[in-house]
Amino acid sequence: MWNRHATPSGMSRRHFMSHMAGASAMMGASLSLGHSLRVHADTLKSNRKSCILLWMGGGPSSMDIWDLKPGTDNGGPFKPISTSGDVQISEHMPMMAQQMHHMAIVRSMSTREADHNRGRYYMHTGYVPDANVDYPSYGSVIAHELISQRSELEIPPFVSVGGASEGPGFLGMSWAPFNVTSNGRVRNLEMSVDSDRLSQRRFALETIENSFINQKRGTVLEDHRKVLGKTFDLLTSKQMQAFEVDKEPEDMKERYGKNGFGQGCLLARRLVEAGVAFVEVDLGGWDNHQNIFRTLENDRLPVLDKAMAALTSDLSERGLLEDTCIVWMGEFSRTPRINADAGRDHWARAWSVVVGGGGVKGGQAIGATNEDGTDVTTEPYSSEDLMASVCHGLGISLETTFTSRNGRPMKIANSGKLIKGLFA
Amino acid sequence: MLYVRILSVLPNRTLGLQLNHMSKAIPTMQFDIIRVPDGASDLKRVQNCFYNFAVTMKTQYLNNRSPFDFTAVVSTRGANKIASIALATLLVVGSAVGSIHAQNAADGEAANGQTANSRAAQSDDEVRPTRRATLPPQVEKIDKALEASWSEAGIRPSPVEEDLKWVRRVYLDIIGRIPSFEEFASFAKDKSPDRRVNLVRKLLEDDQYTEEYANHWGTIWANILIGRNGGMEERSLTNRAGMQKYLRDCFASNKPYNTMVYELVTATGTTKPGSEKFNGAANFLAMKVNEEKGVQATAAVSRIFLGLQVQCTQCHNHPFNQWKQQKFWEFNAFFRQTRALRQFARGTDDIDQIELINEDFAGEGSHPEKAEIYYDLRNGVRKVAYPTFIDGTEIGKSGYVSEVNRRKELGDLMMESDFLDKAIVNRVWSHFLGYGFTKPIDDLGPHNPVVNIELFETLSKDFRNSSYDLKQLIQWITLSKPYQLTSKITKDNDSDDPAMGELPRFSHFYTRQMTAEQLFASLSVATQANRKGSLDEQQRRREEWMRQFVVAFGTDEGDETTTFNGSIPQSLMMFNGELIRSAISLEPGTWLHELSTSKGTPQEKVQFLFIAGLGRRPRPEEIAVASQILTARKAEVGGMLQDMWWAILNSNEFIFNH
Repeated sequence: MWNRHATPSGMSRRHFMSHMAGASAMMGASLSLGHSLRVHADTLKSNRKSCILLWMGGGPSSMDIWDLKPGTDNGGPFKPISTSGDVQISEHMPMMAQQMHHMAIVRSMSTREADHNRGRYYMHTGYVPDANVDYPSYGSVIAHELISQRSELEIPPFVSVGGASEGPGFLGMSWAPFNVTSNGRVRNLEMSVDSDRLSQRRFALETIENSFINQKRGTVLEDHRKVLGKTFDLLTSKQMQAFEVDKEPEDMKERYGKNGFGQGCLLARRLVEAGVAFVEVDLGGWDNHQNIFRTLENDRLPVLDKAMAALTSDLSERGLLEDTCIVWMGEFSRTPRINADAGRDHWARAWSVVVGGGGVKGGQAIGATNEDGTDVTTEPYSSEDLMASVCHGLGISLETTFTSRNGRPMKIANSGKLIKGLFA
Repeated sequence: MLYVRILSVLPNRTLGLQLNHMSKAIPTMQFDIIRVPDGASDLKRVQNCFYNFAVTMKTQYLNNRSPFDFTAVVSTRGANKIASIALATLLVVGSAVGSIHAQNAADGEAANGQTANSRAAQSDDEVRPTRRATLPPQVEKIDKALEASWSEAGIRPSPVEEDLKWVRRVYLDIIGRIPSFEEFASFAKDKSPDRRVNLVRKLLEDDQYTEEYANHWGTIWANILIGRNGGMEERSLTNRAGMQKYLRDCFASNKPYNTMVYELVTATGTTKPGSEKFNGAANFLAMKVNEEKGVQATAAVSRIFLGLQVQCTQCHNHPFNQWKQQKFWEFNAFFRQTRALRQFARGTDDIDQIELINEDFAGEGSHPEKAEIYYDLRNGVRKVAYPTFIDGTEIGKSGYVSEVNRRKELGDLMMESDFLDKAIVNRVWSHFLGYGFTKPIDDLGPHNPVVNIELFETLSKDFRNSSYDLKQLIQWITLSKPYQLTSKITKDNDSDDPAMGELPRFSHFYTRQMTAEQLFASLSVATQANRKGSLDEQQRRREEWMRQFVVAFGTDEGDETTTFNGSIPQSLMMFNGELIRSAISLEPGTWLHELSTSKGTPQEKVQFLFIAGLGRRPRPEEIAVASQILTARKAEVGGMLQDMWWAILNSNEFIFNH
């Protein structure tokens, strides 16, 4: 077994239990099954760390956003502007420019995966795709490590908004992302029966499940039982209101931008407030092999700028930014050389990511690329390093180790090293 | 049209003369040739060939709604005996062939149907498949190879799975759904030691399953070729129905796999069923050639059919992949004559369909007689590439289609490549046994480790020698030992756990989630739901249901995953979704209503539910739960059956293939 697997269990089943208390006596036996019950009512919310990953599917051109090269052949038409921090960014990110004192740009990312699938996997897990091991993604790892800070959480600790996260890998399906659309609507929540009858159905279901599990037909079956438990929790939880992003005041919706990504970021803020450990919000459309500048200027950057700036400032105003790490990244970046179709192709050798909150020292750029943006000129950083740094920012020990059943120990974030200067 | 299939042991040249003669006489004739091993030395093999042929013919005939005329010409050399076996076989399997002419090359004498009939009666005994002995030799090869690898790894296989559980598995894998109550019952009646063999053959060969078989594999392949979302995008160039029609027809007629690949790679024509130049195969490349110089066609053809992952090498030499950038663009050059032309619906700018065509390619240097393409190395150096196959074979450089049809050349070269054989054997093996010889199955590059490599190579060669008969391959695998094993893990093989990163040893069956399609079809059969409405309507409901599983990634390559992977939203769907609500409905006319109002004790009815859903009787504790619930429902049997049925359909035992 994976040793860590067994350690932090448990979401509260308080709500469900209160229904059960009134249910018939036959339920008694089933209570001991499945999860152990742990309620730490005294958990201090202030210790609770969270992470929001803004995932830019397709591979955004970071040299047109965070690391401009004006006046070079590769630079493109965009101009840099000054910001509230000690960095310059693209003129098409004017609102973020006012928030850069919260954020750090890591300009010396250098990776080797320039294929979408491989890049997405690598940036989400810190590992290249491996024939033999399914590694867990950011959200699964971080939710798994931070779950003990949030024993009252009844909704999933890892939520993916609008898209396409990677899976839970060897941690098992109970750590999978809970996928919702950016309007936060969760389908099939309406119960067709009252809670007594639901309890009885649960009892029948658990009876069938358990006898099958006892036949030892594989760990996937135990995962299924865990997921069922979480589903029952969620059906009866008042915390599901966190998903109702529609209930936000109109001006708040406007502030984030009335589009999928804007509302997704607003949903992310609500979920973090409710205690969700990891939220991933997806913004696609960055695979700009053609007409990149028009697409960025008129379409992608305005959407990104508004939502990301609103999220940063909103979290800061609510006093949540200290404990919430924001990560902006895609699977790679785009070729410095502009191609014949006025686009840029895939480039992983030199690019930027952005990190803020969670103790990150904002307003700075770490590392640098050469004049034409093709290479990094300072210490290169990898996905592992970024992941390790984010974990550190969230108070997760980098000594945390997973052990496979054949005894192979694996350090969290694939033994990545801290990015120097990222934290004060 | 006259459709002729020739089974021949003759050399092609001799046969060619006869065919020339025939096609002059009948200009509308279409024919294909299947070479069978020279029979004099190996009657059993010939007999097998004929048997399968006859079944195929019958299937084709019965599936064809238009008038369709069959003539089988059996050309033999040497013993008359082979001819009579062939004819007898055709008759024994009840082949509905219009007329059968056996042409014996030795004496030139054509036998008419009546003669064949009488011969059939005589040789009936030697034709019937005999026990065990009729198992294809590949079954033994698989068993021996795996037994060796088990003892090498110091593990012991799990016992053979109980019959009814195995039946459920084999229905799911071959035709994509669990068996009905009646089908369980019918299997239980077969007491012969060969009942598993009989069932596999029945699922593959009996007409009643042809449609489901073709639908199941057609859907699997549509998902592979155009993605689960293919054809549903805004302004899509792909016609999903056209793709599926082509694939369904392929599987219904058990078209040789290599032929199917050739047709997909070289297709021209229009994408929409019913159009004049309709060729459903054109849908595979329809959306992969116009943009980005056809890099998607390049990546898809090499990955799906040859198991070579080249997409990374589009931009640079990949450190972990022997494929170089040069190879990518050389392969890409095969697709540069291909265009997808949009045809609009009259008076609108809505795309009605597209026509996939080959057109002269001038090259990027405007020398059509030597049409080159260029690509850039990472250091900015510009390089040139001409169409060259993965093994280094070059073809003519001309861009004129009349001189060199590049996709046809590619198709021909692919037919010779043993990557073609390996890619499909790996895919089918993994379909049935949960893991392939490599992981992922579509990466056969030298950097990727292979398990049971000798077996993998032998099966791949044998599959080529079987004339790419997918139903043969399915028999080899489903009748082999690893496929018979229970999914129960024992102390002697608990280290065999690929989910935990071990290499698969296939020493027990790997429990796995049903696919979304399998789940839908299984729910339909278990509850007799979704039988309402026209076929089109059923299809629409099915697609609607399937759409909730698609996750798109927002890249230009249209990547997506679709799985029924057991996440919370999917549990919610199984708890409260539309399909489950109708599955457990007690409205008059539903299956459950019928059951609840029929004769019989509540306990008998519960037992019926367990067999229909899980292929087994309820255990004592499950009966106890049912009776407690019956009390809670104040003795209302319908309500209790509803609750139990809800629990069964949501249980791991129902939604996993085990």
